Amino acid sequence: MTFPGWIKTSAFYALVSAIVLQAVFPFYYAILTSLESGQSIFDVNYLPQAASLANYWAMISDGVFGKQILNSVFVATVVVFISLFLAVTAAYALSRIRFRGRGLLLLTILSVSMFPQIAVLSGLFEVIRAFGLFNSLWSLVFSYMIFTLPFTVWVLTTFMRKLPVEIEEAAIVDGASSFTIIWRIFLPLMWPAMVTTGLLAFIHAWNEFLFALTFLSTDSQRTVPVAIALISGLSEFEIPWGNIMAASVIVTLPLVVLVLIFQRKIVSGLTAGAVKG
Amino acid sequence: MASNAGISTLSRQRIVSAWLFLTPMLLVLASVAAYPLIRTIYFGFTDASIDLIAEAQWVGFRNYLEYLDYGDGEGEYFGLLVDADWWRAVWNTLRFTIISVFFETLFGLVIALVLNREFRGRSLVRAAVLIPWAIPTIVSAKMWAWMMHDQFGILNDILLRLHIIAEPVAWTASPDTAMLAVLIVDIWKTTPFMALLILAGLQMVPGDIYEAARLDGVGPVRLFRRVTWPLIMPAVLVAIVFRALDALRVFDIIYVLTPNNERTRTMSVFARENLFDFDKFAYGSAASTLLFLIIALLTISFIWATRMNVEADER
Repeated sequence: MTFPGWIKTSAFYALVSAIVLQAVFPFYYAILTSLESGQSIFDVNYLPQAASLANYWAMISDGVFGKQILNSVFVATVVVFISLFLAVTAAYALSRIRFRGRGLLLLTILSVSMFPQIAVLSGLFEVIRAFGLFNSLWSLVFSYMIFTLPFTVWVLTTFMRKLPVEIEEAAIVDGASSFTIIWRIFLPLMWPAMVTTGLLAFIHAWNEFLFALTFLSTDSQRTVPVAIALISGLSEFEIPWGNIMAASVIVTLPLVVLVLIFQRKIVSGLTAGAVKG
Repeated sequence: MASNAGISTLSRQRIVSAWLFLTPMLLVLASVAAYPLIRTIYFGFTDASIDLIAEAQWVGFRNYLEYLDYGDGEGEYFGLLVDADWWRAVWNTLRFTIISVFFETLFGLVIALVLNREFRGRSLVRAAVLIPWAIPTIVSAKMWAWMMHDQFGILNDILLRLHIIAEPVAWTASPDTAMLAVLIVDIWKTTPFMALLILAGLQMVPGDIYEAARLDGVGPVRLFRRVTWPLIMPAVLVAIVFRALDALRVFDIIYVLTPNNERTRTMSVFARENLFDFDKFAYGSAASTLLFLIIALLTISFIWATRMNVEADER
């Protein structure tokens, strides 16, 4: 059972190529389809045959889709800032101050991150209607806290716990308030962790589907995942696949670029939080 | 003595500020998670309908199980616990979870082992592997729906050219292949996540173990079974548990890829359809409650089983 070296090497590179091909091909094919127009979409091509921007132009000049992208940007950005703000202060308390019930609190927060979203759906629907938030983007800002907050608190707590005690001792002796300690001492040290968790929270909020589908009811309020899911033609045979692929590429390209730029940080954030995006 | 008293005032002050810092976060979590959960459970015991939530009346266990006596000595059971559609959804969810997590772990392990080796272009390969993870679930569902199109899809074209299938398959529409289609997309999308988690475990294995094994002439298969696997198993187990809990609540991919298909309808899809599409708000709430119970039981047993690790982190 011993093979010569060159067979082993080529088998290894064959495996590597298979891995890369399966990972990249669907997105490549979506881009390829999005650049075709008219009837040529229905011919199966493996290599680019056209470079028409008609599908992109159709989506952008549509008007609603631009608004929907802005909706997604708004929701994801606000969610990231609110959850980071709440999480930094909470993580400081959970990691640097000893008090009774701390372990239990951490376990509770961890288990909230396992909550199935469907389990709170009908209760949240009632709360959101009672606040008058139905069909408002704030309904999503509010409801997305259920998954971004436990995750950011958990990851930032783990990160803060690793920082040495000495860095805040002097400040405590000088009588600095806890808020000053967070603002002046921890925040400058926490940027890397906050960028990572913020990015992951952004991706999660950008991709969320169930709440966005349930709490928003008009086209101009929707976020992009729901918008793409609901693009349809008059019949099954008139589904505008070119437009769907163009919209998909538009909302995915920024994410792919971000993920590739920050890949090392994302990997460390994922392993700390073990959360699926 | 004086300094002792000083420290305890200080630490008392710090405890007060700790709770001050925690309060906003806890209030948000209470209003977005705890209260809605309690209301969902409550609605499961009422006759609430979507437009008359406020007028909900308590009906006990009727949504779960009710015996309707027809008066002539015959009767019938109704409710979630005897609803064949619900149990089919439970079975679909379990089947989806077991199969998808199994293959995601298997492929994730293979990719992680490849990425753990030094070779030219490794960072490019790792970047490529991350792409499916970066694509939103809805977008991947749509991309694959197009690739799996029965007439114009490239998947049928490839398989026909390779003579693997004799005629085009209606992947997402046909009852026989709908679940397979969902599994393919989910495994494709989530394998990178497993690969990354397993890779993180692999990178903690000290390199000199491999060096020693190579000097002793241990073959790669034995090396993996005797050395690598035992060392990374804890990381792999944690990854499996996280993935399984996630797979049990699957919704988007199925809702978009195979809508209205009883062969793929999972617990989450069943609950949402009843809540908002079939005007059976109370019944859907009961289904949500059961789904929550199942996941809560699994989570608690997981936390209990790994309790040691949480405490080890505390120190």
